[in-house]
Amino acid sequence: MRPFDYTRAENVSDACAAAFAPEAQFIAGGTNLVDLMKLEVMAPGELVDINRLGLDRIEESDGGLRVGATVTNSDLAADARIRQDYPVLSRALLAGASGQLRNKATTGGNLLQRTRCPYFYDTDSACNKRSPGAGCAAIGGETRNHAILGTSEHCIALHPSDMAVAMRALDARIEVQPQDGPAKAYEMDRFYCLPGDTPHIETVLEPGDLITSVWLPAPKGTRQVYRKVRDRASYAFALVSVAAVIEMEEGRISHASVAFGGLAPMPWRDVEVDALLAGAEPSADLFDEAADILLQGAQPQEGTEFKLPLARRALRAVLEEATL
Amino acid sequence: MTLTLTVNGTERQLELDPRVTLLDALRVHLDLTGSKKGCDHGQCGACTVLVNGRRINSCLSLAVMHDGDEITTVEGLANGKPGELQQAFVEHDGFQCGYCTPGQLCSATGMLQELAEGWPSHVSETLEGEYGLTEAEISERMSGNICRCSCYPGINAAIRQAGERA
Amino acid sequence: MSLDMKVDGKSKNRADDLAQGILGTPMDRPEGLLKVTGEALYAAEDLPGNCTFGMLVSAPAQGDVTLSNEAEIRDMPGVLAVIHDPRMVRNAAQGTMDEAPVQGVDHAAYAGQAVALVVAESFEAARHAAQSVKLGLSGEEGPIDPQAVETEESEGNRFVRGDLDKAMASAAHTVDAVYTTPSMTSAPMEPHAAVAWWDGDKVTVRASLQMLKYNRNELADCLGIDSENVRLLSPYVGGGFGSKLGISPEAVAAAIAARELGRPVRVVLHRRQMFEVVTRRSETRQHIRLAADGDGRLTGLGHEVLVSNLPDEPFSEPVTQGTHFAYPAENRLIRKEVARIHRPAAGSVRAPGEAVGVTTFEAAMDELACAAGMDPVELRLRNIPEKDPEQGIPFSSHMLEPTLREGAERFGWFDRDPELRARREGEWWIGTGMAAAFRVNILSEAQARVRLTAGGAVVETDQTDIGTGTYAILTQIAGELLGLPADKVETRLGDTDLPPGSGSGGSWGAASTGSAVWLAAMELRQRIADAMGCDEAELTLKDGQATCGNVTQPLEEILGGESLVGHGHVKPGDALEEVMQSTYGAHFAEVAVNDVTGETRVRRMLGCFAAGRILNEKTARSQCHGGMIWGIGMALTEGVTHDRRTGRMVNRDLAEYHVPVNADVPPLEVHFVEERDPWAGPMQAKGIGELGICGAGAAVLNAIHHACGVRIRDLPATPDKVLAGLLQ
Repeated sequence: MRPFDYTRAENVSDACAAAFAPEAQFIAGGTNLVDLMKLEVMAPGELVDINRLGLDRIEESDGGLRVGATVTNSDLAADARIRQDYPVLSRALLAGASGQLRNKATTGGNLLQRTRCPYFYDTDSACNKRSPGAGCAAIGGETRNHAILGTSEHCIALHPSDMAVAMRALDARIEVQPQDGPAKAYEMDRFYCLPGDTPHIETVLEPGDLITSVWLPAPKGTRQVYRKVRDRASYAFALVSVAAVIEMEEGRISHASVAFGGLAPMPWRDVEVDALLAGAEPSADLFDEAADILLQGAQPQEGTEFKLPLARRALRAVLEEATL
Repeated sequence: MTLTLTVNGTERQLELDPRVTLLDALRVHLDLTGSKKGCDHGQCGACTVLVNGRRINSCLSLAVMHDGDEITTVEGLANGKPGELQQAFVEHDGFQCGYCTPGQLCSATGMLQELAEGWPSHVSETLEGEYGLTEAEISERMSGNICRCSCYPGINAAIRQAGERA
Repeated sequence: MSLDMKVDGKSKNRADDLAQGILGTPMDRPEGLLKVTGEALYAAEDLPGNCTFGMLVSAPAQGDVTLSNEAEIRDMPGVLAVIHDPRMVRNAAQGTMDEAPVQGVDHAAYAGQAVALVVAESFEAARHAAQSVKLGLSGEEGPIDPQAVETEESEGNRFVRGDLDKAMASAAHTVDAVYTTPSMTSAPMEPHAAVAWWDGDKVTVRASLQMLKYNRNELADCLGIDSENVRLLSPYVGGGFGSKLGISPEAVAAAIAARELGRPVRVVLHRRQMFEVVTRRSETRQHIRLAADGDGRLTGLGHEVLVSNLPDEPFSEPVTQGTHFAYPAENRLIRKEVARIHRPAAGSVRAPGEAVGVTTFEAAMDELACAAGMDPVELRLRNIPEKDPEQGIPFSSHMLEPTLREGAERFGWFDRDPELRARREGEWWIGTGMAAAFRVNILSEAQARVRLTAGGAVVETDQTDIGTGTYAILTQIAGELLGLPADKVETRLGDTDLPPGSGSGGSWGAASTGSAVWLAAMELRQRIADAMGCDEAELTLKDGQATCGNVTQPLEEILGGESLVGHGHVKPGDALEEVMQSTYGAHFAEVAVNDVTGETRVRRMLGCFAAGRILNEKTARSQCHGGMIWGIGMALTEGVTHDRRTGRMVNRDLAEYHVPVNADVPPLEVHFVEERDPWAGPMQAKGIGELGICGAGAAVLNAIHHACGVRIRDLPATPDKVLAGLLQ
């Protein structure tokens, strides 16, 4: 870990100003950042601690819920309103990491957590995400926890979050305070960037931009399911995960939003999948067709081919459960 | 940097490189070696301590971020004489080598509190309601603490006994 | 004075007649309270004053090493030294090696090898400096794929009799299958650590090691000094599982650096280095052939295996160790090939040999049961040898049948529907599987001292307790013989200033060092008997009182203010050649396999074991739990992935190398079948530390097959592999 300066910010504008400095980085829970700093995968010159900005509240707002950026994963999962109206989010959070990690990891940090690609984690390996232009050791290497959708020839890294997958299915909006100017809000598909030829750019955030909160609109479906497939029964990243928010009316699907983890560089959602499901009568054929659409552009590596049948079957099972 | 931690009820002033983790502050700078370093990356749970009553991985937290916090380590669980949970670990052989044990104990202490507050877990059938000390709940909630000697049967029996008596 | 014993034949059963009644009981560990309060001090704790901090530098690839920016590193804040010394070692020594492992770090023989040590005033400074070291690596890289090199045959493992091909051709039922197992790692919770300091020409190293008497010689040899000038301290060891059998790079580097700096140096391996610079369990490729007649009796068996190691390593995974004696078959072909490749060194990991060899063989036996349409328990019962099938010598005892029968009974085995895919609960296929367990029993030379005073007894040996329960059982043995309750016996371990025990490994610590303590205490009994004027055999010692005939005297009075010191020394003898000694058991597992995802969850597991006298029912049970859970890991989750281009371990941390967590483990049952093995030494006890893992994984794999019809021959049975089977 490289030496760094540490500042504890007292308010949001000071935090943004401090983090605008070159090599500065916000720190909240630190569960991912400290891990990466120890390995010098990330090596900020300055840390701006945002834990005491009062961003740790969950409030009802605009017909939905506004979740502060430093609300911990534990507090969010246990919140009565989340459990009641957004159970898919509670479930996703509880499927992630461990009790003690969830007590420290925060909402904003979880959205920004870095990939678990082992070559990204190894500063001796080529990685375009770590050092643009260096090449990608994962392609042609050992792949398993890698993406099959939204990848590029420069990067096949995966977004490892569970929480963000549920948020994507819930149409969450990410609220950001820039260092300079008025607050901004992003739909999740506008927030994350696909790797393309710039895999080091993962989100639209600019230097000094601070995620202050995530706004969850009133849920559009009462049938919410999160399913995570993993190697261990607990404390393991997803091989594939599916979050579904479904509403049924008279035997038909009136609303569907389905998001996926373990498949892509960002919490994945395919509007065509949702469109196919909306208005349709649930059936095995329909679910298969949804999987066909989801996976049509998939580009698995040798080690990730299993994700094709696994994602298909997980999707089918989740939709069956949600539409039953 | 200068900071103050209240460790096991005692206020301690420290002058630390900001790179020092809470775990190393405890082990190296305060000579409280009960908290263990197993992986140093939040992957094993041996470093689990309670911060303001909540269990966390002290290896992934910088000490400077805890200025003013109250820390409880395994040394603070004893309170003069070993508590119910600690004795139950001995009775049920909830350890072999003993290296993960302080983390297991701090984690279990925090976990029992979370359970008492009605927090659900991944294996809870419903998100509403009370959760009991079932085998499945204990196992899931304690899965952030790896025991390579694999004393999970003894660990769970000890937690159940101490939890039920509490 | 010393009571010495070479174990050449049978020993009398004395322990059952002793009066104190603590041997065998499920006594709590005497060091337990220290462990639950954080007071037990492990290697990198209790640092001496003025201590410095070292961090090893790992080479990312093979090659001749140059440190490109050494001067720059030395100038970094807090840095005290950069050590790149020819005495540093390539990898940890093999178990019982007793001399230096391959030395020299000018060449990295594998990706991940430690090639330098950076020492600084703080851990943080040392870590950053180590990360800042730029290495030049040049020259040719050696091969890394065991399947792609010419192999050498390991002669000692070869046994050929009859004509296996012919037996296969004429058999009623056959199995011909290839099983593969990946590299695995010990992953003890306490990383390897060493704190070294010098006092003149003498070095003291507080380290995390399993076998101090060998480690002392290994370190002395590395440093080029006399063993008398090396003292090792390992009072508490946070798990070993084979990884701490031999002296390892951090201890050698710490000792060298401490000398150079004239200050104590602490070196702890980073968790990633734990995967690379200590030894892994070799990957294996195993061709297993079974031929049986119409009744399921084996007529032929073949077990041909391929394992790997670095050049110049004397160890190769003894995969077939159990195969030589497990089952009778006239036609036999057992052989092993070793591939010399440049992956991290392979060495002993919990139950070397049987852990992977019995597991695959027992899976193949399940295939045979299916092929023959026989119950798998019945198949084993029909194939219990009357004597060692290759050496022709008798077994000291053979407890497979009783463990199979009792285990099957307790598990409810015979309630199962033998049909595959017969039971379904929602998405889950439910099935049961079983396997036999075998593990050779070994006695190793050991010494111990027992000092008896009015206040009680003190047991002393350099033996370690790596979680195995040594503190408990040595306390019990001494207490039992000397008629003292456990709280009157203090056991001191893990210091080379004490008499050399056997070390912890190969499941032999309890029976070997235990026997030494037994002998030391027996010597004291004889002297007490002498003092009372009777035969030792007529002496009763209980609760501090000595009784001979109708005379009872407090021990305190006999001692008369003096202390008595007994010394015990046990050596292996002809008993290991005259009879075949093994421990036995049977594993039963019930699993659920998810039809949608291929995920497997073990729902319950039962093990029934026999290992001679059980010295402490509680710690023995924990050892068996541990072995069974390792079996779950081997079957379902554990495996190192080597990068196909560099051989480097890709998943070298505990997030990606999946050892079982609490939620992976169902309720476990362990039962012991009472046994006394007179050939095993004066206590009639055999080792129990590794038996639990042998075959455990096979019970799980066989249960997967029974549940859903998918036979996994490439371990572990991760969801992707099971799903691929389900889709066929």
